[in-house]
Amino acid sequence: MATVAVPVEQKNYLNAEYGIRSWLFTTDHKRIALLYLVSITAMFFVGGFFALLIRLELLTPAGDLLLADTYNKMFSMHGQVMVFFFLIPSIPAVLGNFLIPMMIGAKDLAFPRINLLSWYIYIVAAGLYLWCIFSGGVDTGWTFYTPYSSLFSNTHVIEAGLAIFIAGFSSILTGLNFVVTVHRMRAPGMTWGRLPLFVWSHYATSIIMLLGTPVIAITLVLVVLERTLNLGIFDPSRGGDPVLFQHLFWFYSHPAVYIMILPSMAVVSEIIPCFSRKRVFGYTFVAMSSIGIAVIGFLVWAHHMFVAGISLYSALVFSFLTFLVAVPSAIKVFNWTATMYKGSLSFSTPMLYAIGFIGLFTIGGLTGVFLATLGVDVHVHDTYFVIAHFHYVMVGGAVLGFLGGMHFWWPKITGRLYPEGWGRLAAVIVFIGFNLTFFPQFILGYLGMPRRYWDYSHMPEWQGLNVLSTAGASILAVGYLLPMVYMLWSLRYGKIAGDNPWQATGLEWKTPSPPPTFNFDETPIVTEEAYEYDKMPLPEEVSLER
Amino acid sequence: MSDSHAMETPLAVEHEARPELRHHFADEQQQRNAASLGMWWFLGTEIMFFGGMFCGYLVYRRMYFTEFAAASRTLNLPIGAFNTVVLLCSSLTVAMAVRFAQLGNRKMQVRMLLLTLVFGLAFLGIKGKEWGDKYKEHHIPTFNHYNVISGEGALTNVKGNAELLGLDKITDPVKRQQREAEIQQRTKIFYSLYFALTGMHAIHMIIGVGIFIVITWMAHKGRFTPEYHTPLEIAGLYWHFVDIVWIYLFPLLYLIDRRGA
Repeated sequence: MATVAVPVEQKNYLNAEYGIRSWLFTTDHKRIALLYLVSITAMFFVGGFFALLIRLELLTPAGDLLLADTYNKMFSMHGQVMVFFFLIPSIPAVLGNFLIPMMIGAKDLAFPRINLLSWYIYIVAAGLYLWCIFSGGVDTGWTFYTPYSSLFSNTHVIEAGLAIFIAGFSSILTGLNFVVTVHRMRAPGMTWGRLPLFVWSHYATSIIMLLGTPVIAITLVLVVLERTLNLGIFDPSRGGDPVLFQHLFWFYSHPAVYIMILPSMAVVSEIIPCFSRKRVFGYTFVAMSSIGIAVIGFLVWAHHMFVAGISLYSALVFSFLTFLVAVPSAIKVFNWTATMYKGSLSFSTPMLYAIGFIGLFTIGGLTGVFLATLGVDVHVHDTYFVIAHFHYVMVGGAVLGFLGGMHFWWPKITGRLYPEGWGRLAAVIVFIGFNLTFFPQFILGYLGMPRRYWDYSHMPEWQGLNVLSTAGASILAVGYLLPMVYMLWSLRYGKIAGDNPWQATGLEWKTPSPPPTFNFDETPIVTEEAYEYDKMPLPEEVSLER
Repeated sequence: MSDSHAMETPLAVEHEARPELRHHFADEQQQRNAASLGMWWFLGTEIMFFGGMFCGYLVYRRMYFTEFAAASRTLNLPIGAFNTVVLLCSSLTVAMAVRFAQLGNRKMQVRMLLLTLVFGLAFLGIKGKEWGDKYKEHHIPTFNHYNVISGEGALTNVKGNAELLGLDKITDPVKRQQREAEIQQRTKIFYSLYFALTGMHAIHMIIGVGIFIVITWMAHKGRFTPEYHTPLEIAGLYWHFVDIVWIYLFPLLYLIDRRGA
């Protein structure tokens, strides 16, 4: 009934074809993005369930809810599911997939069938991982450290390793598609200097995916071979070197942090200019800082191993390089802030998430600098300080960016607006819940609470902060569930969005919402730079507020 | 704006005349460039993939050089060298197949591709024979009968190895036993890496043979013309890459130190 408001029912990518086959065999990047959205949301709830059990266990000092071994599996699987099956595909495979071809004026990604293949590979990997969970799980921590994973653990390391190995190919294919698309598929006039920053950031992300992921793939293969064939490459008692495993693991897994955060930065770089009604400040610097993060990000991995017996000199070098990676990150933060300065700000839902991102990412990033400092790292290594730090980056950064982006482009994806009031409320709840969950963990870590412990009855004074953290996690859960509910609701009952509800720049807003299957009726010709907000009218709602 | 609009042919009609052009590309040039860039980047990921193992190899080669060198001498150099030639020949025939496609010579194209398949399978067969020999010599790390100290596969059977490993100077039987246990362990790492590297290379070869069976079929059906032979070209890139990996594997594994051997 709600469709009455549309004067003419236009053919778009959603109603072009119907039926399950039209989705499972689609090569349309927009439909594949939605396939990914559904799958990663499912995995997010799997990972969230493990997080819930972890927080409930830590509510009391004694190890009373779960068995110690079960707890080990919970945090291992929480990490692996969230990192490899939610965060890494999240923004690139959903929003990147949906938006990159539209932003550069292309009909599709360069390799549509490979794009679909990447989703199927993801599904196979996720299925294998779920099978691993149901057949008993894995307890190596998300890091698979040897020789524990290769020799001692009696859990399903092989299944988990292979699942992540397979998932890696899905992310390699996505990255490959993005790089080639950005190089080869740009519309006439879409020069590198006119690319939206979203595309620049995803380009940098794709390079990391392409050059990093194969290394974790081969590392996991070696662990699986070591375990099945009893080789001893990483077993110190047989002349192997477990630190080599750590080098190979972190060579991917540190840059993987940037696979998670750069796409969020991509989203924020689009939201901030739009809701400040201003050109982004220092376009070239923001674009180049993405590339800078990708490059320097490959040179810092050993800061995870300061206490693993690497030489002091290499530790000093890696410490210095880690400080260096803070520079491009800071450039971005300062440029976003400068974009907002003297802009016509409006605090719509996406903007709330974006501002939340800047604050939380700054905390997450700066505590990363603490951890890069050799002396401090020795004190807080493997404590809750580290946990809090990377959750500020991965949840406060990556997840907030994902939610912000989902809200920002929801009208484009579905053609309908979500309820703004609920949106703002959820954004505030997420922000409060998040800080309540993870800020106490900084203090806990500084007080010495080690990560991965299931029982802290020797230090009952840590309970207060843990209770706060668990309470915060419940609030955070509400903040995640709310958007699920009202966004699904808006699919049917939301207001019709129109082509460009935010009056945003960018080619994706110049096409109908939802877009037609081939995005543009005729290939657009680009004549202006990105973010020409001085030429755009104010959006309806904003001008009403004034 | 209206000018360019008037000049545009409707998409469907324009594409119908060019069956190889996929819907989302503007022209063949763009499609070809995309495919070849995609393959080059993919090969970049492959370099990183093998790079992880090469990195492990370098670390252990530096740590356990003498044991690596001694174990390397047990690899069959003539057969390895012959196999290298076989693989180089296959790369040549791939390059010639591409050339014949450019010239529009279908018959020679198919012949070259068939030769490529023969060379590729020959390489795999010879590699399989080498692995079989390793099994007979008890050099496969995962088996309990692994033994490089005595029997058919003893390292000291190779001339110069006893001196290289320092076994000739140890007279104390206890010390000798300790050293032998050490050698047993460290060579195991060499052979683990040998099998991991050559095994991963062989998997790539098998995938390559599979790809080239399809390509040969396409060539046989006359799918490649001087204007359009992108699949052949990018499959060729992959084949050359797998060849190059072997060019690095051969000296790293077979030629660590052949002086005096």
